[in-house]
Amino acid sequence: MNIRGIHAIYRYEMNRSFRTLIQSLVSPVLSTILYFIVFGAAIGSRMDNISNVSYGAFIVPGLIMLTVQMQSVNNASFGIYFPKFIGTTYELLSAPLSFVEIVIGYVGAATTKAFSIGLIILCTSYLFVDLDIKYPFFMLCFLFITCMTFSLLGFIIGIVSDNFEQLNIVPMLIITPLVFLGGSFYTIDMLPPFWQSFALLNPIVYLISGFRWSFFGVGDVPIFTSIIFMLIFTSICISIIWYIFKTGYKIKN
Amino acid sequence: MSEIINVQNLVKKYDNNFTAVKNLNLKIRQGEIIALLGPNGAGKTTLISTICGLSSITSGIIKVNGLDVIKDYRKTRELIGLVPQELALEPFEKVINSVKFSRRLFGKKDDNEYIEKLLSKLQLYDKKNNIIKSLSGGMKRRVMIAKALSHDPQILFLDEPTAGVDVELRKDMWSIIKELKNEGVTIILTTHYIEEAEMIADRIGIINHGELLLIEEKRELIKRMSVKTLKVKLKKTLDIIPTKLKKYNLKLIDEGKSFLYYYNTGKERTGITSLLSDMNKIGINLFDIQTEETSLEEIFVKIIKD
Repeated sequence: MNIRGIHAIYRYEMNRSFRTLIQSLVSPVLSTILYFIVFGAAIGSRMDNISNVSYGAFIVPGLIMLTVQMQSVNNASFGIYFPKFIGTTYELLSAPLSFVEIVIGYVGAATTKAFSIGLIILCTSYLFVDLDIKYPFFMLCFLFITCMTFSLLGFIIGIVSDNFEQLNIVPMLIITPLVFLGGSFYTIDMLPPFWQSFALLNPIVYLISGFRWSFFGVGDVPIFTSIIFMLIFTSICISIIWYIFKTGYKIKN
Repeated sequence: MSEIINVQNLVKKYDNNFTAVKNLNLKIRQGEIIALLGPNGAGKTTLISTICGLSSITSGIIKVNGLDVIKDYRKTRELIGLVPQELALEPFEKVINSVKFSRRLFGKKDDNEYIEKLLSKLQLYDKKNNIIKSLSGGMKRRVMIAKALSHDPQILFLDEPTAGVDVELRKDMWSIIKELKNEGVTIILTTHYIEEAEMIADRIGIINHGELLLIEEKRELIKRMSVKTLKVKLKKTLDIIPTKLKKYNLKLIDEGKSFLYYYNTGKERTGITSLLSDMNKIGINLFDIQTEETSLEEIFVKIIKD
Protein backbone atom coordinates (compact mmCIF):
# COMPACT_ATOMS: atom_id res chain seq x y z
CA MET A 1 0.00 0.00 0.00
CA ASN A 2 1.23 3.49 -0.87
CA ILE A 3 0.91 5.00 2.62
CA ARG A 4 2.97 8.07 1.73
CA GLY A 5 0.73 8.71 -1.26
CA ILE A 6 -2.41 8.49 0.90
CA HIS A 7 -0.80 10.74 3.49
CA ALA A 8 0.17 13.25 0.78
CA ILE A 9 -3.45 13.58 -0.38
CA TYR A 10 -4.75 13.69 3.19
CA ARG A 11 -2.21 16.31 4.26
CA TYR A 12 -2.78 18.37 1.15
CA GLU A 13 -6.54 18.42 1.74
CA MET A 14 -6.14 19.28 5.42
CA ASN A 15 -3.73 22.10 4.54
CA ARG A 16 -6.28 23.47 2.11
CA SER A 17 -8.74 23.71 4.98
CA PHE A 18 -6.21 25.46 7.20
CA ARG A 19 -5.60 27.97 4.41
CA THR A 20 -9.30 28.74 4.41
CA LEU A 21 -9.93 28.37 8.13
CA ILE A 22 -12.76 30.90 8.28
CA GLN A 23 -14.70 29.15 5.55
CA SER A 24 -13.85 25.64 6.76
CA LEU A 25 -14.34 25.96 10.49
CA VAL A 26 -15.58 29.31 11.73
CA SER A 27 -18.46 29.56 9.28
CA PRO A 28 -20.22 26.25 10.15
CA VAL A 29 -19.66 26.77 13.87
CA LEU A 30 -21.09 30.30 13.70
CA SER A 31 -24.14 29.07 11.77
CA THR A 32 -24.77 26.42 14.39
CA ILE A 33 -24.45 28.95 17.22
CA LEU A 34 -27.08 31.04 15.46
CA TYR A 35 -29.37 27.99 15.31
CA PHE A 36 -28.87 27.51 19.05
CA ILE A 37 -29.71 31.13 19.74
CA VAL A 38 -32.80 31.16 17.52
CA PHE A 39 -34.22 27.64 18.01
CA GLY A 40 -32.69 26.79 21.36
CA ALA A 41 -32.86 30.00 23.38
CA ALA A 42 -35.48 32.18 21.68
CA ILE A 43 -38.05 29.67 20.42
CA GLY A 44 -36.96 26.67 22.50
CA SER A 45 -37.65 28.43 25.82
CA ARG A 46 -41.35 28.50 24.88
CA MET A 47 -41.44 24.84 23.80
CA ASP A 48 -42.37 21.82 25.95
CA ASN A 49 -39.84 19.13 26.69
CA ILE A 50 -39.68 16.34 24.11
CA SER A 51 -39.25 12.84 25.58
CA ASN A 52 -38.22 14.49 28.86
CA VAL A 53 -35.46 16.43 27.11
CA SER A 54 -35.43 20.23 26.91
CA TYR A 55 -35.95 21.49 23.36
CA GLY A 56 -32.54 23.20 23.39
CA ALA A 57 -30.81 19.88 24.19
CA PHE A 58 -33.13 17.95 21.85
CA ILE A 59 -31.95 19.82 18.78
CA VAL A 60 -28.22 19.31 19.50
CA PRO A 61 -27.91 15.93 17.72
CA GLY A 62 -29.97 17.24 14.80
CA LEU A 63 -27.83 20.35 14.46
CA ILE A 64 -24.63 18.34 14.59
CA MET A 65 -25.98 15.97 11.95
CA LEU A 66 -27.16 18.85 9.80
CA THR A 67 -23.73 20.44 9.84
CA VAL A 68 -21.55 17.35 9.50
CA GLN A 69 -23.60 15.94 6.65
CA MET A 70 -23.35 19.17 4.70
CA GLN A 71 -19.68 19.63 5.56
CA SER A 72 -18.77 16.07 4.62
CA VAL A 73 -20.47 16.36 1.26
CA ASN A 74 -19.07 19.83 0.51
CA ASN A 75 -15.50 19.04 1.56
CA ALA A 76 -15.26 15.74 -0.26
CA SER A 77 -17.01 16.92 -3.42
CA PHE A 78 -14.88 20.06 -3.69
CA GLY A 79 -11.73 18.12 -2.75
CA ILE A 80 -11.94 15.88 -5.82
CA TYR A 81 -13.78 18.28 -8.12
CA PHE A 82 -11.18 21.07 -7.86
CA PRO A 83 -8.30 18.92 -9.19
CA LYS A 84 -10.62 17.86 -12.00
CA PHE A 85 -11.46 21.49 -12.69
CA ILE A 86 -7.82 22.67 -12.81
CA GLY A 87 -6.63 19.50 -14.53
CA THR A 88 -4.33 18.14 -11.82
CA THR A 89 -6.02 14.73 -11.60
CA TYR A 90 -3.38 13.56 -14.08
CA GLU A 91 -1.01 13.48 -11.10
CA LEU A 92 -3.22 11.09 -9.16
CA LEU A 93 -3.85 8.84 -12.13
CA SER A 94 -0.22 8.63 -13.19
CA ALA A 95 1.04 8.00 -9.64
CA PRO A 96 1.40 4.47 -8.23
CA LEU A 97 -1.85 4.81 -6.29
CA SER A 98 -4.80 2.42 -6.31
CA PHE A 99 -8.33 3.82 -6.38
CA VAL A 100 -8.81 2.69 -2.78
CA GLU A 101 -5.81 4.77 -1.74
CA ILE A 102 -7.08 7.84 -3.58
CA VAL A 103 -10.49 7.47 -1.91
CA ILE A 104 -8.91 6.97 1.53
CA GLY A 105 -6.89 10.18 1.07
CA TYR A 106 -9.78 12.40 0.00
CA VAL A 107 -12.58 10.83 2.01
CA GLY A 108 -10.31 10.50 5.05
CA ALA A 109 -9.56 14.22 4.99
CA ALA A 110 -13.20 15.20 4.46
CA THR A 111 -14.26 12.85 7.27
CA THR A 112 -11.67 14.29 9.63
CA LYS A 113 -12.79 17.84 8.90
CA ALA A 114 -16.49 17.10 9.34
CA PHE A 115 -15.89 14.97 12.44
CA SER A 116 -13.80 17.76 14.01
CA ILE A 117 -16.50 20.30 13.24
CA GLY A 118 -19.11 17.98 14.76
CA LEU A 119 -17.08 17.73 17.97
CA ILE A 120 -16.54 21.49 18.08
CA ILE A 121 -20.28 22.06 17.72
CA LEU A 122 -20.92 19.52 20.46
CA CYS A 123 -18.51 21.38 22.76
CA THR A 124 -20.10 24.71 21.77
CA SER A 125 -23.56 23.38 22.62
CA TYR A 126 -22.49 22.95 26.24
CA LEU A 127 -22.32 26.75 26.38
CA PHE A 128 -26.05 26.95 25.61
CA VAL A 129 -27.70 23.84 27.05
CA ASP A 130 -27.30 21.19 29.73
CA LEU A 131 -26.43 18.01 27.91
CA ASP A 132 -25.90 14.47 29.14
CA ILE A 133 -24.80 11.94 26.55
CA LYS A 134 -26.16 8.48 27.37
CA TYR A 135 -23.94 6.43 25.02
CA PRO A 136 -20.85 8.57 24.28
CA PHE A 137 -18.82 5.85 22.57
CA PHE A 138 -21.70 4.86 20.31
CA MET A 139 -22.31 8.58 19.62
CA LEU A 140 -18.70 9.04 18.48
CA CYS A 141 -18.86 5.90 16.30
CA PHE A 142 -22.15 6.96 14.74
CA LEU A 143 -20.86 10.46 14.13
CA PHE A 144 -17.71 9.13 12.53
CA ILE A 145 -19.56 6.71 10.24
CA THR A 146 -22.01 9.44 9.23
CA CYS A 147 -19.12 11.76 8.34
CA MET A 148 -17.42 8.99 6.37
CA THR A 149 -20.56 7.95 4.49
CA PHE A 150 -21.47 11.50 3.52
CA SER A 151 -17.87 12.12 2.51
CA LEU A 152 -18.15 9.10 0.22
CA LEU A 153 -21.34 10.60 -1.18
CA GLY A 154 -19.57 13.94 -1.63
CA PHE A 155 -16.70 12.20 -3.41
CA ILE A 156 -19.20 10.65 -5.86
CA ILE A 157 -20.82 14.05 -6.44
CA GLY A 158 -17.39 15.61 -7.07
CA ILE A 159 -16.53 12.93 -9.62
CA VAL A 160 -19.75 13.05 -11.60
CA SER A 161 -20.08 16.85 -11.61
CA ASP A 162 -19.02 18.61 -14.77
CA ASN A 163 -19.30 22.16 -13.42
CA PHE A 164 -19.74 24.12 -10.19
CA GLU A 165 -23.50 24.30 -10.65
CA GLN A 166 -23.82 20.53 -10.73
CA LEU A 167 -21.49 20.35 -7.73
CA ASN A 168 -23.99 22.39 -5.71
CA ILE A 169 -27.22 20.92 -7.02
CA VAL A 170 -27.24 17.74 -4.93
CA PRO A 171 -26.16 19.36 -1.63
CA MET A 172 -28.48 22.35 -2.02
CA LEU A 173 -31.52 20.87 -3.66
CA ILE A 174 -31.53 17.35 -2.28
CA ILE A 175 -29.46 16.97 0.88
CA THR A 176 -30.40 20.28 2.57
CA PRO A 177 -34.19 19.75 2.29
CA LEU A 178 -33.85 16.10 3.38
CA VAL A 179 -31.77 17.08 6.40
CA PHE A 180 -34.15 19.88 7.42
CA LEU A 181 -37.13 17.57 7.00
CA GLY A 182 -35.30 14.64 8.60
CA GLY A 183 -36.17 15.51 12.17
CA SER A 184 -33.33 17.85 13.07
CA PHE A 185 -35.72 20.16 14.91
CA TYR A 186 -38.65 17.84 15.71
CA THR A 187 -39.63 14.22 16.19
CA ILE A 188 -41.54 12.45 13.49
CA ASP A 189 -44.54 11.86 15.76
CA MET A 190 -45.00 15.63 15.94
CA LEU A 191 -46.08 15.52 12.27
CA PRO A 192 -49.65 14.78 11.08
CA PRO A 193 -50.18 11.00 10.43
CA PHE A 194 -49.90 11.28 6.63
CA TRP A 195 -46.61 13.16 6.82
CA GLN A 196 -45.28 10.73 9.42
CA SER A 197 -45.33 7.83 6.96
CA PHE A 198 -44.06 10.15 4.23
CA ALA A 199 -41.17 11.26 6.47
CA LEU A 200 -40.09 7.64 6.90
CA LEU A 201 -39.16 7.63 3.22
CA ASN A 202 -36.52 10.22 4.03
CA PRO A 203 -33.24 8.37 4.64
CA ILE A 204 -31.88 11.16 6.83
CA VAL A 205 -34.60 10.45 9.44
CA TYR A 206 -32.89 7.15 10.28
CA LEU A 207 -29.50 8.78 10.72
CA ILE A 208 -30.71 11.63 12.91
CA SER A 209 -32.83 9.22 14.93
CA GLY A 210 -29.88 6.90 15.53
CA PHE A 211 -27.63 9.77 16.53
CA ARG A 212 -30.28 11.20 18.86
CA TRP A 213 -30.67 7.76 20.44
CA SER A 214 -26.99 7.84 21.40
CA PHE A 215 -27.63 11.10 23.28
CA PHE A 216 -30.96 10.43 24.98
CA GLY A 217 -31.74 6.73 24.52
CA VAL A 218 -34.81 7.55 22.38
CA GLY A 219 -35.32 7.96 18.65
CA ASP A 220 -37.96 8.08 15.96
CA VAL A 221 -37.11 4.56 14.78
CA PRO A 222 -35.47 1.61 16.59
CA ILE A 223 -31.70 1.97 16.82
CA PHE A 224 -31.08 -1.27 14.89
CA THR A 225 -33.08 0.10 12.00
CA SER A 226 -30.84 3.17 12.02
CA ILE A 227 -27.68 1.05 12.12
CA ILE A 228 -28.86 -1.23 9.30
CA PHE A 229 -29.87 1.77 7.25
CA MET A 230 -26.49 3.42 7.83
CA LEU A 231 -24.68 0.24 6.72
CA ILE A 232 -26.83 -0.01 3.58
CA PHE A 233 -26.18 3.65 2.74
CA THR A 234 -22.42 3.23 3.26
CA SER A 235 -22.39 0.07 1.13
CA ILE A 236 -24.24 1.81 -1.71
CA CYS A 237 -21.73 4.70 -1.70
CA ILE A 238 -18.75 2.31 -1.66
CA SER A 239 -20.27 0.27 -4.51
CA ILE A 240 -20.80 3.38 -6.65
CA ILE A 241 -17.21 4.55 -6.04
CA TRP A 242 -15.92 1.07 -6.85
CA TYR A 243 -17.87 1.17 -10.13
CA ILE A 244 -16.54 4.64 -10.95
CA PHE A 245 -12.92 3.59 -10.56
CA LYS A 246 -13.44 0.20 -12.15
CA THR A 247 -14.87 1.75 -15.29
CA GLY A 248 -12.94 5.02 -15.10
CA TYR A 249 -16.27 6.87 -15.41
CA LYS A 250 -15.60 10.62 -15.59
CA ILE A 251 -12.02 10.03 -14.45
CA LYS A 252 -10.18 8.21 -17.19
CA ASN A 253 -10.67 8.90 -20.86
CA MET B 1 20.61 0.29 -25.66
CA SER B 2 17.98 -1.91 -24.00
CA GLU B 3 14.30 -1.44 -24.63
CA ILE B 4 12.40 0.41 -21.88
CA ILE B 5 8.94 0.78 -23.44
CA ASN B 6 7.24 -1.75 -25.67
CA VAL B 7 3.80 -0.98 -27.08
CA GLN B 8 2.23 -3.94 -28.86
CA ASN B 9 -0.90 -3.74 -31.03
CA LEU B 10 -2.34 -0.89 -28.99
CA VAL B 11 -5.91 0.10 -29.77
CA LYS B 12 -7.72 2.91 -28.01
CA LYS B 13 -11.39 3.36 -28.84
CA TYR B 14 -13.52 5.97 -27.13
CA ASP B 15 -17.15 5.52 -26.07
CA ASN B 16 -18.32 7.46 -29.14
CA ASN B 17 -16.62 4.76 -31.27
CA PHE B 18 -13.81 7.06 -32.35
CA THR B 19 -10.59 5.07 -32.61
CA ALA B 20 -7.78 7.35 -31.48
CA VAL B 21 -5.00 4.74 -31.69
CA LYS B 22 -5.09 1.94 -34.26
CA ASN B 23 -3.04 -1.18 -33.69
CA LEU B 24 0.08 0.79 -32.84
CA ASN B 25 3.45 -0.83 -32.20
CA LEU B 26 6.34 1.10 -30.74
CA LYS B 27 9.60 0.25 -29.02
CA ILE B 28 11.52 2.89 -27.13
CA ARG B 29 15.12 2.38 -26.12
CA GLN B 30 16.56 3.35 -22.79
CA GLY B 31 18.28 6.71 -22.70
CA GLU B 32 17.09 8.03 -26.04
CA ILE B 33 15.09 11.12 -26.91
CA ILE B 34 12.22 10.26 -29.15
CA ALA B 35 10.03 12.89 -30.74
CA LEU B 36 6.51 12.01 -31.80
CA LEU B 37 5.30 14.29 -34.54
CA GLY B 38 1.81 14.56 -35.86
CA PRO B 39 -0.98 16.99 -36.54
CA ASN B 40 -3.66 17.82 -33.97
CA GLY B 41 -5.81 14.82 -33.12
CA ALA B 42 -3.26 12.37 -34.52
CA GLY B 43 -3.27 10.27 -31.33
CA LYS B 44 0.00 11.42 -29.74
CA THR B 45 -1.50 12.48 -26.41
CA THR B 46 -3.77 9.42 -26.30
CA LEU B 47 -0.73 7.18 -26.76
CA ILE B 48 1.05 8.89 -23.87
CA SER B 49 -2.10 8.78 -21.73
CA THR B 50 -2.45 5.03 -22.14
CA ILE B 51 1.19 4.43 -21.21
CA CYS B 52 0.95 6.68 -18.14
CA GLY B 53 -2.39 5.37 -16.87
CA LEU B 54 -4.59 8.36 -17.69
CA SER B 55 -6.56 6.46 -20.32
CA SER B 56 -7.80 2.91 -20.33
CA ILE B 57 -6.62 0.54 -23.08
CA THR B 58 -9.16 -1.01 -25.46
CA SER B 59 -6.75 -3.77 -26.53
CA GLY B 60 -3.06 -4.43 -26.82
CA ILE B 61 -0.18 -4.58 -24.38
CA ILE B 62 2.09 -1.89 -23.02
CA LYS B 63 5.21 -2.87 -21.16
CA VAL B 64 7.52 -0.54 -19.30
CA ASN B 65 10.85 -2.02 -18.32
CA GLY B 66 9.37 -5.44 -19.12
CA LEU B 67 6.37 -4.95 -16.82
CA ASP B 68 2.73 -4.67 -17.85
CA VAL B 69 1.33 -1.18 -17.20
CA ILE B 70 -1.97 -2.60 -15.97
CA LYS B 71 -0.93 -5.61 -13.92
CA ASP B 72 2.21 -4.00 -12.50
CA TYR B 73 0.99 -0.40 -12.55
CA ARG B 74 2.72 0.56 -9.31
CA LYS B 75 6.16 -0.50 -10.54
CA THR B 76 5.73 0.93 -14.03
CA ARG B 77 4.39 4.28 -12.86
CA GLU B 78 7.28 4.68 -10.43
CA LEU B 79 9.54 4.79 -13.47
CA ILE B 80 7.55 7.44 -15.32
CA GLY B 81 7.29 11.19 -15.01
CA LEU B 82 4.67 13.05 -17.02
CA VAL B 83 4.44 16.67 -18.10
CA PRO B 84 1.03 17.14 -19.70
CA GLN B 85 0.25 19.66 -22.39
CA GLU B 86 -1.89 22.00 -20.26
CA LEU B 87 -0.48 24.01 -17.39
CA ALA B 88 -2.31 22.11 -14.67
CA LEU B 89 -1.16 23.38 -11.29
CA GLU B 90 -2.75 24.21 -7.95
CA PRO B 91 -2.67 28.02 -8.16
CA PHE B 92 -2.60 28.76 -4.42
CA GLU B 93 0.20 26.39 -3.50
CA LYS B 94 3.87 27.24 -3.02
CA VAL B 95 6.25 25.87 -5.65
CA ILE B 96 8.21 23.75 -3.19
CA ASN B 97 5.09 22.28 -1.57
CA SER B 98 3.65 21.40 -4.94
CA VAL B 99 6.83 19.60 -5.98
CA LYS B 100 7.06 17.79 -2.62
CA PHE B 101 3.41 16.73 -2.97
CA SER B 102 4.16 15.11 -6.33
CA ARG B 103 7.10 13.21 -4.85
CA ARG B 104 5.01 11.94 -1.96
CA LEU B 105 2.29 10.70 -4.31
CA PHE B 106 4.89 8.35 -5.72
CA GLY B 107 5.47 6.94 -2.25
CA LYS B 108 8.91 8.48 -1.92
CA LYS B 109 10.35 9.86 1.31
CA ASP B 110 10.91 13.59 1.52
CA ASP B 111 14.36 14.50 0.23
CA ASN B 112 14.93 18.21 0.57
CA GLU B 113 18.41 18.04 -0.89
CA TYR B 114 17.18 16.37 -4.08
CA ILE B 115 14.22 18.72 -4.44
CA GLU B 116 16.35 21.82 -3.94
CA LYS B 117 18.91 20.56 -6.42
CA LEU B 118 16.12 19.92 -8.90
CA LEU B 119 14.67 23.38 -8.41
CA SER B 120 18.12 24.91 -8.91
CA LYS B 121 18.62 22.96 -12.12
CA LEU B 122 15.31 24.27 -13.43
CA GLN B 123 16.14 27.80 -12.25
CA LEU B 124 13.26 27.71 -9.79
CA TYR B 125 15.20 27.82 -6.54
CA ASP B 126 14.63 31.55 -6.02
CA LYS B 127 10.93 31.05 -6.60
CA LYS B 128 10.53 28.03 -4.33
CA ASN B 129 8.41 29.90 -1.79
CA ASN B 130 6.36 31.76 -4.37
CA ILE B 131 2.70 30.99 -4.87
CA ILE B 132 2.29 29.26 -8.26
CA LYS B 133 -0.34 31.75 -9.33
CA SER B 134 2.26 34.52 -9.23
CA LEU B 135 4.63 32.79 -11.69
CA SER B 136 4.95 33.49 -15.40
CA GLY B 137 3.85 30.89 -17.96
CA GLY B 138 7.44 29.80 -18.56
CA MET B 139 8.10 29.36 -14.86
CA LYS B 140 4.89 27.36 -14.48
CA ARG B 141 6.08 25.08 -17.28
CA ARG B 142 9.31 24.54 -15.31
CA VAL B 143 7.30 23.74 -12.18
CA MET B 144 5.45 21.10 -14.20
CA ILE B 145 8.79 19.56 -15.19
CA ALA B 146 10.03 19.74 -11.59
CA LYS B 147 6.91 17.93 -10.42
CA ALA B 148 7.37 15.25 -13.08
CA LEU B 149 11.00 14.76 -12.02
CA SER B 150 10.34 14.96 -8.28
CA HIS B 151 10.42 11.18 -7.85
CA ASP B 152 13.54 10.78 -9.99
CA PRO B 153 11.93 8.85 -12.87
CA GLN B 154 13.81 6.93 -15.55
CA ILE B 155 11.34 7.93 -18.25
CA LEU B 156 9.97 11.39 -18.89
CA PHE B 157 6.98 12.11 -21.10
CA LEU B 158 6.73 15.68 -22.33
CA ASP B 159 3.50 16.43 -24.12
CA GLU B 160 4.22 19.51 -26.22
CA PRO B 161 6.56 21.01 -23.64
CA THR B 162 7.27 24.17 -25.59
CA ALA B 163 3.79 24.90 -26.91
CA GLY B 164 3.18 28.61 -26.58
CA VAL B 165 6.53 29.49 -25.02
CA ASP B 166 8.92 32.09 -26.40
CA VAL B 167 12.02 31.21 -28.39
CA GLU B 168 14.44 31.83 -25.53
CA LEU B 169 12.52 29.63 -23.12
CA ARG B 170 12.19 26.97 -25.79
CA LYS B 171 15.96 26.86 -26.12
CA ASP B 172 16.27 26.64 -22.33
CA MET B 173 13.87 23.71 -22.38
CA TRP B 174 15.95 22.00 -25.04
CA SER B 175 19.06 22.32 -22.95
CA ILE B 176 17.20 20.93 -19.90
CA ILE B 177 16.01 17.98 -21.98
CA LYS B 178 19.53 17.34 -23.30
CA GLU B 179 20.89 17.51 -19.76
CA LEU B 180 18.31 14.98 -18.59
CA LYS B 181 19.28 12.69 -21.44
CA ASN B 182 22.90 12.92 -20.34
CA GLU B 183 21.78 11.80 -16.90
CA GLY B 184 20.27 8.69 -18.47
CA VAL B 185 16.60 9.70 -18.58
CA THR B 186 14.62 8.36 -21.53
CA ILE B 187 12.59 11.21 -22.99
CA ILE B 188 9.50 10.94 -25.15
CA LEU B 189 8.17 14.23 -26.38
CA THR B 190 5.34 15.16 -28.63
CA THR B 191 5.65 18.33 -30.56
CA HIS B 192 4.26 20.41 -33.37
CA TYR B 193 7.59 22.09 -33.87
CA ILE B 194 9.58 20.15 -36.42
CA GLU B 195 12.58 22.30 -35.57
CA GLU B 196 12.35 21.01 -32.01
CA ALA B 197 12.44 17.40 -33.12
CA GLU B 198 15.28 18.20 -35.51
CA MET B 199 17.28 19.86 -32.75
CA ILE B 200 16.98 17.41 -29.87
CA ALA B 201 15.57 14.04 -30.89
CA ASP B 202 17.57 10.89 -31.55
CA ARG B 203 14.64 9.22 -33.26
CA ILE B 204 11.52 10.57 -34.83
CA GLY B 205 8.11 8.95 -34.99
CA ILE B 206 5.33 10.30 -37.15
CA ILE B 207 1.75 9.61 -36.08
CA ASN B 208 -1.39 10.39 -38.02
CA HIS B 209 -4.96 9.15 -37.63
CA GLY B 210 -3.87 6.96 -34.73
CA GLU B 211 -1.25 5.11 -36.76
CA LEU B 212 2.48 5.21 -36.43
CA LEU B 213 3.51 6.01 -40.00
CA LEU B 214 7.20 5.64 -39.34
CA ILE B 215 9.81 5.69 -36.64
CA GLU B 216 13.43 6.17 -37.58
CA GLU B 217 16.76 7.60 -36.51
CA LYS B 218 16.59 11.32 -37.21
CA ARG B 219 19.73 11.42 -39.32
CA GLU B 220 18.73 8.33 -41.29
CA LEU B 221 15.28 9.74 -41.92
CA ILE B 222 16.59 13.03 -43.18
CA LYS B 223 19.16 11.24 -45.30
CA ARG B 224 16.67 8.75 -46.71
CA MET B 225 13.85 11.11 -47.35
CA SER B 226 15.85 14.17 -48.16
CA VAL B 227 15.56 15.43 -51.72
CA LYS B 228 18.13 18.02 -52.71
CA THR B 229 17.55 20.56 -55.40
CA LEU B 230 20.31 21.59 -57.78
CA LYS B 231 19.71 24.95 -59.38
CA VAL B 232 21.72 25.51 -62.55
CA LYS B 233 22.01 29.03 -63.97
CA LEU B 234 22.75 29.05 -67.69
CA LYS B 235 24.90 31.35 -69.77
CA LYS B 236 22.32 31.27 -72.58
CA THR B 237 18.56 31.11 -72.21
CA LEU B 238 16.76 27.85 -73.16
CA ASP B 239 13.26 27.72 -74.69
CA ILE B 240 12.74 24.03 -73.97
CA ILE B 241 14.69 21.25 -72.29
CA PRO B 242 16.83 19.52 -74.96
CA THR B 243 15.82 15.92 -75.75
CA LYS B 244 19.15 14.56 -74.48
CA LEU B 245 18.43 16.00 -71.01
CA LYS B 246 14.77 14.95 -70.76
CA LYS B 247 15.64 11.84 -68.70
CA TYR B 248 16.72 14.11 -65.83
CA ASN B 249 13.21 15.58 -65.36
CA LEU B 250 14.55 19.11 -65.31
CA LYS B 251 12.32 22.06 -64.63
CA LEU B 252 12.93 25.30 -66.49
CA ILE B 253 12.57 28.44 -64.42
CA ASP B 254 13.42 32.18 -64.60
CA GLU B 255 12.20 32.33 -68.24
CA GLY B 256 14.71 29.71 -69.31
CA LYS B 257 17.70 31.28 -67.60
CA SER B 258 17.90 28.43 -65.06
CA PHE B 259 16.64 24.92 -64.43
CA LEU B 260 16.11 22.74 -61.37
CA TYR B 261 17.31 19.19 -60.92
CA TYR B 262 16.05 17.05 -58.00
CA TYR B 263 18.17 14.27 -56.58
CA ASN B 264 18.19 12.02 -53.54
CA THR B 265 21.27 12.09 -51.34
CA GLY B 266 20.38 8.69 -49.92
CA LYS B 267 21.01 7.00 -53.29
CA GLU B 268 24.39 5.76 -54.42
CA ARG B 269 24.41 7.96 -57.53
CA THR B 270 22.99 11.43 -57.56
CA GLY B 271 23.17 11.81 -61.35
CA ILE B 272 24.85 15.23 -61.12
CA THR B 273 28.07 14.18 -62.84
CA SER B 274 26.27 12.64 -65.82
CA LEU B 275 23.93 15.65 -66.08
CA LEU B 276 26.89 18.06 -66.22
CA SER B 277 28.67 15.76 -68.67
CA ASP B 278 25.59 15.58 -70.97
CA MET B 279 25.20 19.37 -70.79
CA ASN B 280 28.79 19.74 -71.86
CA LYS B 281 28.30 17.29 -74.75
CA ILE B 282 25.42 19.27 -76.25
CA GLY B 283 27.10 22.62 -75.66
CA ILE B 284 25.05 24.03 -72.81
CA ASN B 285 27.32 26.11 -70.62
CA LEU B 286 26.53 26.80 -67.00
CA PHE B 287 26.97 30.14 -65.32
CA ASP B 288 26.47 29.18 -61.69
CA ILE B 289 25.11 26.30 -59.56
CA GLN B 290 23.59 26.14 -56.10
CA THR B 291 21.93 23.41 -53.94
CA GLU B 292 19.10 23.43 -51.42
CA GLU B 293 18.26 20.70 -48.91
CA THR B 294 14.77 19.53 -47.93
CA SER B 295 14.00 20.26 -44.30
CA LEU B 296 12.47 17.77 -41.87
CA GLU B 297 9.38 19.90 -42.07
CA GLU B 298 9.02 19.20 -45.78
CA ILE B 299 9.61 15.50 -45.13
CA PHE B 300 6.94 15.54 -42.44
CA VAL B 301 4.43 17.25 -44.71
CA LYS B 302 5.19 14.78 -47.50
CA ILE B 303 4.68 11.74 -45.23
CA ILE B 304 1.45 13.09 -43.77
CA LYS B 305 0.12 13.89 -47.27
CA ASP B 306 1.10 10.48 -48.65
